[in-house]
Amino acid sequence: MEIDPKTGVLKRDGVESKMNPYDLYALETALRLKQQYGGVITAITMGPPQAQAVIREAFMMGVDRGVILSDRRFGGADVLSTSYTLAQGLRAAGEFDLIICGKQTTDGDTAQVGAELAEFLGIPHVTGVCRINDCNAGQLSCDLDLPLELQSIQIKLPCLITVEKGIFEPRLPSYRLKLATDDREIIMLTLDDLPDKDPVHYGLNGSPTQVKRIFPPENNNAREMWNGTEAENSKKLFDFLKNNKFLQQLR
Amino acid sequence: MPHIEINHNLAAGKHEQLVKLCPFGAIEVAGGKLAVNAGCRMCRLCIKKGDGVFTLADDAPVNTVDKSLWRGIAVAAEISSGKIHPVTFELLGKARELAAKVDFPVYALLTGCGVSKLAGQLLEYGADEVFVYDQKELEHFRIEPYTAVLEDFIDRVKPSSILVGGTPTGRSLAPRTAARFRTGLTADCTKLDISPETDLDQIRPAYGGNIMAHINTPNHRPQFATVRYKIFPIPEKQDNPRGEIHSCQLAPEKLVSAINVCKTELKKNEKGIEEAEVLVVAGRGVKKPEDLSMLRELAGLLGGQLAFTRALVEAGWGDARCQIGLSGRTVKPKLLISCGVSGAIQFVAGMSSAEKIIAINSDETAPIFNVAHIGIKGDLYQIIPDLIRQIRESGQEVL
Repeated sequence: MEIDPKTGVLKRDGVESKMNPYDLYALETALRLKQQYGGVITAITMGPPQAQAVIREAFMMGVDRGVILSDRRFGGADVLSTSYTLAQGLRAAGEFDLIICGKQTTDGDTAQVGAELAEFLGIPHVTGVCRINDCNAGQLSCDLDLPLELQSIQIKLPCLITVEKGIFEPRLPSYRLKLATDDREIIMLTLDDLPDKDPVHYGLNGSPTQVKRIFPPENNNAREMWNGTEAENSKKLFDFLKNNKFLQQLR
Repeated sequence: MPHIEINHNLAAGKHEQLVKLCPFGAIEVAGGKLAVNAGCRMCRLCIKKGDGVFTLADDAPVNTVDKSLWRGIAVAAEISSGKIHPVTFELLGKARELAAKVDFPVYALLTGCGVSKLAGQLLEYGADEVFVYDQKELEHFRIEPYTAVLEDFIDRVKPSSILVGGTPTGRSLAPRTAARFRTGLTADCTKLDISPETDLDQIRPAYGGNIMAHINTPNHRPQFATVRYKIFPIPEKQDNPRGEIHSCQLAPEKLVSAINVCKTELKKNEKGIEEAEVLVVAGRGVKKPEDLSMLRELAGLLGGQLAFTRALVEAGWGDARCQIGLSGRTVKPKLLISCGVSGAIQFVAGMSSAEKIIAINSDETAPIFNVAHIGIKGDLYQIIPDLIRQIRESGQEVL
């Protein structure tokens, strides 16, 4: 999505309700765990009624249940309010042992809903799961992809994990499953279906952060030519690398 | 609650055009009337562009917080492999700058096991007071005990703002704690300022980076912001800093975790050129295979990798996995320095989306200069060794 620098209006291209690509990895992780250990998979999302297409796609991959949190009063939600709404929706949707989230969205790219959601549910969480090793006796063994290290951990269920892109290769939606799930009901939840019915906790009202304004980014594609001597240019290049933080790195 | 109201009289006859105002498709026509659906993100563009059809209605009392009770800018320090992560120093520099504008102290929180000895460094980079939680339960980053520590620190100090590094641990700790305090968090800020009312002015890219958003947390404290590594500069170190170090402790029962860290091993650094943040590229301007070592050295100093044009790979000077271009790999590093590369279209197709392209070539008509952000006309055999010498002398090579 882009903003028109002259008029300040958002260009509409590319905004549609479709599955966040990072969530495909979360779905695939759930499907693999189910294959090995059994269980029921529920896909839950918050969004406008058009989000049904996303749940249908999850059904076509093998997900058992679908829940959409949709209400005009959820609109304008920031990270806190989104996480709170999802936590309420999960409580309304039934019991669970494990919640799997994708790494991040492609629009906000904040990667923070998972951690806030876990806090609201009062369960532990880990982020950056790149491998599932085992899941039994009430705990999950997995590997975390840290910047410099690979860490093997065990975490007790119930818990929340966010998975890395590439943890498993997501399967393609199946036509057979599409036919089989065409008339499967999607559970639609509004604010009135949630345990906490106070509208002050949802949407813009429940959002501590406020967007004051939006504006196009500065264009920094200027081109320049350095025609000095080699000694001048190497000094200039060194200063450029230093000032733009390409030196003094952690590794 | 705040919501958007529609003046249906003004909207009459303009439905189709008004529906288009919303980039999220949240304005719809239902039963012949204009309506706002659940897709609304309250971006307020419709208010701005709708000629009075849309207005903001806000009838709920706003929860107000007594901002005078929340003072100071706090930085949550991050430990990486037993050292303070440089993002912490960058944040301290910014915290110092913000604190000066509203006459606030700068606090640092240091959490870990065996980390007390590092506290002095936080004073050197700008903290007025350092709070150290040095306990064996805090050896590894585990979310529950680390959140408990940050919660204890906030209750004790009541900082107005908390800056956290946008690292994997920071991006886990900050939201978890923000949710506990039911307060606002703005992730991956690229600019920070502070208003006289002590509200953080947070600027971040939104919606995939093509739009910038200015975000405030006007009615909640503390305010949380995360900032990625290498966004702000590292401040000058002070030699004899004043400041206090407080040693704090939490009861062991507050540090229990459902997570057990079994083993931690260093990752092998076998990233491909596609993942490298910095690439030095050798082209035909390199005269003999032995000369590649100087380019490899530069790449190493910058924490990057050496890549090649097709001509060099075909000559057997480089591995085909490190070839850039249509018949090689497509790369998008933060910095690409091409050395003696002419810039054929097949090559450019594989690297033109690099964030910063610096081209060194002795031929000023080389097409590479049409794509480079900085074009340097000159002899790489003089510039590169001189640059390597300066980096080495500055001691700022990659650790």
